[in-house]
Amino acid sequence: MNTALSWIKSFVPDLDCTAQEYTDAMTLTGTKVEGFERLDEDLDKIVVGQVKKIDKHPDADKLVICQVDIGDRQIQIVTGAPNVYEGMKTPVCLDGGRVAGGHDGSRTPGGIKIKKGKLRGIDSEGMMCSIEELGSSRDYYPDAPESGLYDMGKDAVVGSDAIEALGLHDVVFEYEITSNRVDCYSIIGIAREAAATFRKDFVLPDIKPTGNDENVNDMVSVDVEAGDLCKRYCARMVKNIKLAPSPEWMQRRLAASGIRPINNIVDITNYVMEEYGQPMHAYDYDTIAGHKIVVRRAADKEVFCTLDGQDRTLDSSMLMICDGEKAIGLAGIMGGENSKITDDVKTMLFEAACFDGANIRVSAKKVGLRTDASGKFEKGLDPYNAEAAINRACELIEELGAGEVVGGMVDVFPVKPEEKVLPFEPDKYNKLLGTDVSSDDMLKYFGKLEIRYNESDNTLRIPSFRQDLLRTCDMAEEVARFYGYDKIPVTLPSGESTSGKLSFKLRVESVAREVAQFCGFSQSMNYSFESPKAFDKLLVPENSDLRQAIRILNPLGQDFSIMKTQALNGMLTSLATNYNRKNKNVRLYEIGNIYIPKALPLTELPDERTQFTLGMYGDGDFFTMKGVVEEFFEKVGLDGRITYDPEDKKPFLHPGRQADIIYDGVKVGYLGEVHPQVCENYNIGDRVYYADIDMPYIVEHACFDKKYEGIAKFPTSTRDISLVVDKQVLIGTMENAIIKKGGKLLESCELFDIYEGEQVGAGKKSVAFSLVFRAKDRTLSDTEIGEIMDKILAELTKLGAVLRQ
Amino acid sequence: MKEKLQAIREKAIEKIKSCDNLDKLNEIRVAYLGKKGELTEVLKGMKDVAAEERPKVGAMVNDTRTAIEEKLEEIKNNLANAAREAKLKKEVIDVTLPAKRNIVGHSHPNTVALEEVERIFVGMGYEVVEGPEVEYDYYNFEALNIPANHPAKDEQDTFYINSNIVLRTQTSSTQVHEMEKGRIPIRMIAPGRVFRSDEVDATHSPSFHQVEGLVIDKNITFSDLKGTLAVFAKELFGEQTKVKFRPHHFPFTEPSAEMDVSCFKCGGKGCRFCKDSGWIEILGCGMVHPHVLEMSGIDPEEYTGFAFGIGLERIALLKYEIDDMRLLYENDIRFLNQF
Repeated sequence: MNTALSWIKSFVPDLDCTAQEYTDAMTLTGTKVEGFERLDEDLDKIVVGQVKKIDKHPDADKLVICQVDIGDRQIQIVTGAPNVYEGMKTPVCLDGGRVAGGHDGSRTPGGIKIKKGKLRGIDSEGMMCSIEELGSSRDYYPDAPESGLYDMGKDAVVGSDAIEALGLHDVVFEYEITSNRVDCYSIIGIAREAAATFRKDFVLPDIKPTGNDENVNDMVSVDVEAGDLCKRYCARMVKNIKLAPSPEWMQRRLAASGIRPINNIVDITNYVMEEYGQPMHAYDYDTIAGHKIVVRRAADKEVFCTLDGQDRTLDSSMLMICDGEKAIGLAGIMGGENSKITDDVKTMLFEAACFDGANIRVSAKKVGLRTDASGKFEKGLDPYNAEAAINRACELIEELGAGEVVGGMVDVFPVKPEEKVLPFEPDKYNKLLGTDVSSDDMLKYFGKLEIRYNESDNTLRIPSFRQDLLRTCDMAEEVARFYGYDKIPVTLPSGESTSGKLSFKLRVESVAREVAQFCGFSQSMNYSFESPKAFDKLLVPENSDLRQAIRILNPLGQDFSIMKTQALNGMLTSLATNYNRKNKNVRLYEIGNIYIPKALPLTELPDERTQFTLGMYGDGDFFTMKGVVEEFFEKVGLDGRITYDPEDKKPFLHPGRQADIIYDGVKVGYLGEVHPQVCENYNIGDRVYYADIDMPYIVEHACFDKKYEGIAKFPTSTRDISLVVDKQVLIGTMENAIIKKGGKLLESCELFDIYEGEQVGAGKKSVAFSLVFRAKDRTLSDTEIGEIMDKILAELTKLGAVLRQ
Repeated sequence: MKEKLQAIREKAIEKIKSCDNLDKLNEIRVAYLGKKGELTEVLKGMKDVAAEERPKVGAMVNDTRTAIEEKLEEIKNNLANAAREAKLKKEVIDVTLPAKRNIVGHSHPNTVALEEVERIFVGMGYEVVEGPEVEYDYYNFEALNIPANHPAKDEQDTFYINSNIVLRTQTSSTQVHEMEKGRIPIRMIAPGRVFRSDEVDATHSPSFHQVEGLVIDKNITFSDLKGTLAVFAKELFGEQTKVKFRPHHFPFTEPSAEMDVSCFKCGGKGCRFCKDSGWIEILGCGMVHPHVLEMSGIDPEEYTGFAFGIGLERIALLKYEIDDMRLLYENDIRFLNQF
């Protein structure tokens, strides 16, 4: 929303402040000013001049020499403007003055300084200006020529301030209006706030009665069939329309609000929409069949051509304005091609209605047509405002001589909303705010906002335009706004103290981050949604559960259309970015959710499973990654019982270099080398290692309790064994056998050699472990250890292992 | 005898003094004090000494031995010290050579910022909790006073899974979950991912993070909200930080406000960072709307509360002067390594 200060001042005549003061004060009472533009910021020493005499330039075909009367004297100016003529009155920038930009419409920050000088050898003491050079355009000054000097017309006063005459001594403010303040989407609404903010009088001029002796009710009938969607329908009529440009003052105000002047009728409609916040529509009366208006719902699949020439397909939820035979307007959104005002219009019907906001919003969305009008209606307008607005429009019609207003108004307003009454509760307001504002002050603030206090029953009467004031807290906010948010004290909550802490899940995650970072991995973050093509890149088969992903109904394109069911694609994408940028030895981790639907289509919320994933290329291998995984399990108190199962065969991992991570019989994650084909699909020319730990299980079982177990007092005994087994036997299986039979006395079991070669025979490998035994309470005897070793060897024999001599 | 011992002593000491290494020193020790050493030989000759002279001669021999031993020890120490000195001299290194550092990973800037925020609020007794990212429409909108067809629903450009389930547009949904638990007082912050259908550019991302805050108790006031957030701003941006509260509108709070902090780059004088205003918008906040309390089963006559929502990326971008939001989701290690 943009408004010119001059327009605000027409309702708050005593308003006297700088643009910056206005900005700051309005923002602090809740009408946020986003910025302002002084229209005359770069304009200086520009007066109305009159061209008295034009001579040819002796050395340039395209230049002429003008003698220009600037009031107190006559000066000589050389110009190349094609439209200059003797007698023309035009803005003249004098020596030492400034203009805003070039005649091509380009702006120069700080303006362009105009100096006396010679043009092709002829003295020139200033510059005659086009509208573009004054920082504006033909959009807002439609009478300006396509190229050339701005003609100020014969009534302009020679020597007077041209900027004043052009209405450019003004400031245009841009506001951010919050959605609850429908009333502030209007000049009047903002002016009322300005008056309250600066404690000045708000002067709403009386609208003069308009209309001839006829009565519009005799000429048109209105039938509102869909009363639930149209709270009020007002209509007035104008005969003998004389289309013409609107006066300059109206054009200037519209221009400042960013609206292009067109003609008096259109401009009046727009002017009143800005001023009152009430959209209106004008129909050509002669096109209205039966001189009858029917407000009804559209039929399903009804096709209607809006005045922009587009056919729109409607449905039965949408509200139409119809005549005796056909639809003539899409209510609150856009009128119809068939009833629009043309240059030949004689009589028109003005409509000011109050449609249901939610319905307009949904309809505008459905037909894909959001107009200035629908943007206002959808916020839910005040039905009492419609009457004021339509009368204001008719007043302007008469004032501008745009036509003959017919007397009376058609008004269908079956249910008049009652005045809202709220109790006046100063103590409650103060208690909520933590303030000590007096009742008198509160009532003063309310008075400025036209909220009336009724002393007899201690109530507040809420004006109809303030639809946002419904209960105690709303009134407390009004007090806060005008008492000043900055004056409210600064305290800290009292009451029962609470212990601050992270949830256990977040604590486990912070350990994961610590371990990952300690091991050289940096934290990455990827989007939660991705492309379904990711599954193909990851070689995931068509029938895989991974492809059962949640789809977003309205995604930002295919690439962001499904919620991820695995974290690998994100990780590989990030690694690929790094690889592509020639970053070496990259290690990344991520802690983020995957979204596993319980059923598709989704009927209940999916299982959001946090995954701790690690990915790397460059230095390091499978076992580096395995080390990180084990470090993490130790830090969350889950070490000691992890095993690795290579049998699952995930399609995106190297078939011989992958393992599920099993804790206590439960699969809690996996790790492996990424399949070379997958790396190729992501354009990564290096081996990539990846680990994925499913955090919900970890969080459930993690334990940060520690107990000191004492430092062993008795010596250890070490036994080294060397065995020959089939190559396929996993070291993990052998270790499990040793640990199982080693019992409590086996302190550690460490692989120290592994060898394949001729000496042990084809298909075999030699494996050597170092076993350390210790008891807590005694020195172990050789016999004791011998017995355990026998059991271990017996178990290993079951795996086909033979002790090497 | 006396002369003989004196001669041995002088000769030995002379030799010891001129000795320049430990091996030779040992040879000297053996030559005088060893089993077959000169002094030992003298002792062996004691049997020839008259009985009454023996104690005297014995004492003289011992004196001589002690003198030689002392000298030996002295020179041995000197030689050892010299050797150590020489070794240390040889071991001089250029301390300006590059360090050998462990390669340690880095936190994402969002996490760095979040940890700061968490530290501040945990210190004030807030619990850090989470809520679902895929959320029922009820929790994301309706329970927050945004009923069906409310304009605010459009403002937030929601991603829908179906008519009933959305990707949450705000962490405010966590407020409702927390209130429904029925445990009061509540002091919580809820960090998390939120989603809005904004195209990716330098200042927008369809996925970003917020930190929601909620306090519910008896007698909570707007002044408490101001005080709490002023503490937060000073902790996060420095002791000299000033805060400004501007009226605003959110459906789930009333009164509502936006909080600006004095620009921490220029201190409020105005710079490119704060677009010459001296202030930077940081968060939205307000007193929890009584209807929101009612919907979650809390009696607004008995309890009041405040809530606030902080954009984590906004804090990270401002605090670390990151000029393009896309950097946060590219995961280039040259970027991440700076945090």
